Amino acid sequence: MTTQTKTIDGTKAQSALLAALFVAVLGGAMLFLAGHAQSATLHDAAHDVRHATGFPCH
Amino acid sequence: MIQRMLASGLIAGIAAGLIAALLHFAFVQSTILLGEEYETGALVHFGASGSQEAMQGHADTEAAAVAEAAPEADGHSHDAAGETTSLERNALSVLFMVILYVSYGLILVAGFGIADAFGRKIGPIEGLLWGLAGFASFQLAPAMGLAPELPGTLAVDLDLRQLWWWSTVACTGTGIGLLAYGRHWAAFALAGALLALPHGIGAPMHEGFYGTAPPELGALFAARVLGAALVVWACLGWFAGAVWARQSLWA
Repeated sequence: MTTQTKTIDGTKAQSALLAALFVAVLGGAMLFLAGHAQSATLHDAAHDVRHATGFPCH
Repeated sequence: MIQRMLASGLIAGIAAGLIAALLHFAFVQSTILLGEEYETGALVHFGASGSQEAMQGHADTEAAAVAEAAPEADGHSHDAAGETTSLERNALSVLFMVILYVSYGLILVAGFGIADAFGRKIGPIEGLLWGLAGFASFQLAPAMGLAPELPGTLAVDLDLRQLWWWSTVACTGTGIGLLAYGRHWAAFALAGALLALPHGIGAPMHEGFYGTAPPELGALFAARVLGAALVVWACLGWFAGAVWARQSLWA
């Protein structure tokens, strides 16, 4: 990854990639809660949305 | 950078989630409710039982279809299983649609951030293309193995399906990224292999079919789910790209 960022400031690119990683993990965690977590409360609350957005539900 | 990503992801995600909820109630929810009637046995598909029930099942279907046309007349009729009212149920669907598309939005703008770090500029048009790629990765490719499930569909172990779902999303997303931004034939070859891999392995599924609802209803449901998702992902990408580009003017 760092070899391809040589044209721009290395540390700036690195912090941007770290920020992107953080946001991606945050989004992934929310996606897991909304679409995949199997706690009964979450499952029931998100039931229709899970079916309607193609997640494996039951 | 984090603020820019969070702002773009949140704004675009909330807007797309509200559009998703609108399309859900316009196209998808009625098929879910009808599917549940077959799941609970309130309706019986004539192909699945004796012929004397054929007319009965058919008549009930039409009655249900009519009842759906007047939502306020439905809902409180035969909802023995769930204690939640249809208002609560629908409010939760709006809430989770927004949460879901905010999470998709955050993942999308994380991609913008990486592209930006490599010197790629993202605007509304690029955002739209990213949104279409997101639709292919998160909806279309998984649906080709695990079709959207109408309530009442019987499927194999949930953990296996979720694992296949995540793997398919990761392979497809990486594959499309390589196709779009790769510069060498090896990248394109790897992209093709990644796109094909989950389908070569195959999604976990039963040998037979055990659904209770008519196939026509399942097909309608799946088509509407994918159609609505396409529109919402296109909006999500466009919004995220627009907010992203505007913030670069401020910065």
